[in-house]
Amino acid sequence: MTRLQTPCIEFHDVSKRYGDLQVLNGVSFQARPGEKLSLIGPSGSGKTTILRVLMTLESIDGGTVRIEGEPLRVPGEQQRLSRSAERGLQRIRGKVGMVFQHFNLFPHMDVLRNITLGPMLTQGVSRDEAEAQALRYLDMVGLADKARSRPSQLSGGQKQRVAIARSLALKPKIMLFDEVTSALDPELVDEVLAVMRTLARETDMTMLLVTHAMNFARDFSDRVLFFERGRILEEGPPQQIFSEPREERTRTFLRKILASGQDL
Amino acid sequence: MTWDWQFVWSFMPTLLEGAWLTVLATVVGTVIALLLGAVLAVAGYSRYRLVRGAIAFVVQFLRGTPLLVQLYVIFFVLPDIGIVLPAFLAGVIGLGVHYSAYLAEVYRAGIDSVDRGQWDASTAINLSRRQVWLHVILPQAIPKMVPPLGNYSIGMLKESALLSTISVFELVARAQAIGNETYRFTEPLTLVGLSFLTLTIIFTLLLRLAERKAEGLR
Repeated sequence: MTRLQTPCIEFHDVSKRYGDLQVLNGVSFQARPGEKLSLIGPSGSGKTTILRVLMTLESIDGGTVRIEGEPLRVPGEQQRLSRSAERGLQRIRGKVGMVFQHFNLFPHMDVLRNITLGPMLTQGVSRDEAEAQALRYLDMVGLADKARSRPSQLSGGQKQRVAIARSLALKPKIMLFDEVTSALDPELVDEVLAVMRTLARETDMTMLLVTHAMNFARDFSDRVLFFERGRILEEGPPQQIFSEPREERTRTFLRKILASGQDL
Repeated sequence: MTWDWQFVWSFMPTLLEGAWLTVLATVVGTVIALLLGAVLAVAGYSRYRLVRGAIAFVVQFLRGTPLLVQLYVIFFVLPDIGIVLPAFLAGVIGLGVHYSAYLAEVYRAGIDSVDRGQWDASTAINLSRRQVWLHVILPQAIPKMVPPLGNYSIGMLKESALLSTISVFELVARAQAIGNETYRFTEPLTLVGLSFLTLTIIFTLLLRLAERKAEGLR
C-alpha cells in the first residue's frame, strides 16, 4: 500500500457496549487525510462514542480502529497497560485533538496557561516558545486580548474558542469536534463556527464533527455519516444526504431537526 | 467557693507541660491521619473490587466504633499479643488511625468534586496520569479539602483529652492529678478549659492562613 492510500482514520466492524446497551454495533468507515466528516443522527446513536474512541477516552469491545494505519489499543477499565504500550498509546494520541461540548477548560489556570500546558508538558516546548505560539493561536481565534483572563471571566463562545486554541497548540493531524456549539447561547454560536470554517479552509487537518447544526454540516463537510442505533445507516456527500436521502429514517430525522429549530 | 490565685500559679508549670503534650498529640495525630487517610483514599479507587471492599469495611469500622474503645484496645489489648506501646505513642496512633477514616472521606469528596470533563480534556492534550493528578486534579481538589481537614484537626485537639484515660499526661490528666492531690478542682479544670479554648483559637487562625494559601493554588 502506498502512503497516499493509507486512510487517516479507519474503523472496521467496531462494536462497544455499556452493560446492556449496544452503543456501537459494527461500525466501519474511513476518512482520507484532510477529509472533513460530519456525524449526524439522533442522540444515543453512537456519534459521540466514535469521537471518544478516537481520543482514547473509551475502549472498544470488538473490531479495529486505526489511525494513520496504526492500530489503536485502549485498555478497558480493569486493564493496565505496560509502560511501552502506554507510550505507544500516547504517541498515537498526540495526533488527535478534541474539542468538547462543555469546553472543559482548566478553571484554575489563565487562558494562556490552558494553552501552553500541553506543549510544555508533553512536547518539551520551552515556556517562551509555548507562550509565543499560544498567542498566535489566540489571535487566530480572535482572543489575543484574553491571554491573562480566567475561563470563568469568559463567555461560552470565548471559552470554546480558547478550547479550540488549546487543541491546535498541540498541532494534531486529526481534530474532533463534539457538539461544540450545543451548550452555547444562540447568539454565540456563529463566532465559534466562523473559527471552525477558517480552520477547515486554512489547514489540512482531518476533521470529524458531531453536530446538530445541519446548515453548518452541509457547508463544512466533504461527507456526512448518518448514525442510528450504533450503526451507520447512510453516508454520502452533504448535498445528497440533505437533499435526497435514500433512507426513510434519515428523512424523518432531518425533518424533525429542521422543525425543532435546533438547526442553528 | 473561693478562687486562689496563688494555687493557680503553683500548678501552672505542670499544666503548661500538659498543654504541650496535647499540642504534640494533635500534631502527630494529624500527620498520621493525613498520611494514612491519603492511603485509604487512594486504595479506595483501586481497580480491584476486593481492595475497595476491604477499604470500605475498614473506614466503616473506624468510624463506627468509639475512639475511646479503640484507644483501650491499642493500649490494653495489644500487649496480650505482644505489642506493647508507650502510652503517648499508643495515644497518637489511636487518634491518627481513627481520624484517617474521616480524612479519607474528605480526600475522596475533594477529588470527586473535580468534574469528569477535566480528565477528558487532560487526556485530549495527552497528559500522563501523573501529570493529570499533579497539574489538573489536585490543584482543584486541595482548596476544597483544606477547610474540612482543618476542622477535623481541631476535633482531634479536643478529643485528645481521651488520651488521659490511657495515662498520657496531657491537660486533662494533669488537672485530675492536681485535683486528686489537693481536693481543689475549680482552678485546674477552669484553666484546662481556657487552655483548650486558647489552643482551638490558635488552630483556627492557622487554618484560616492555610485556607488562604490553598486558595492561591487556584
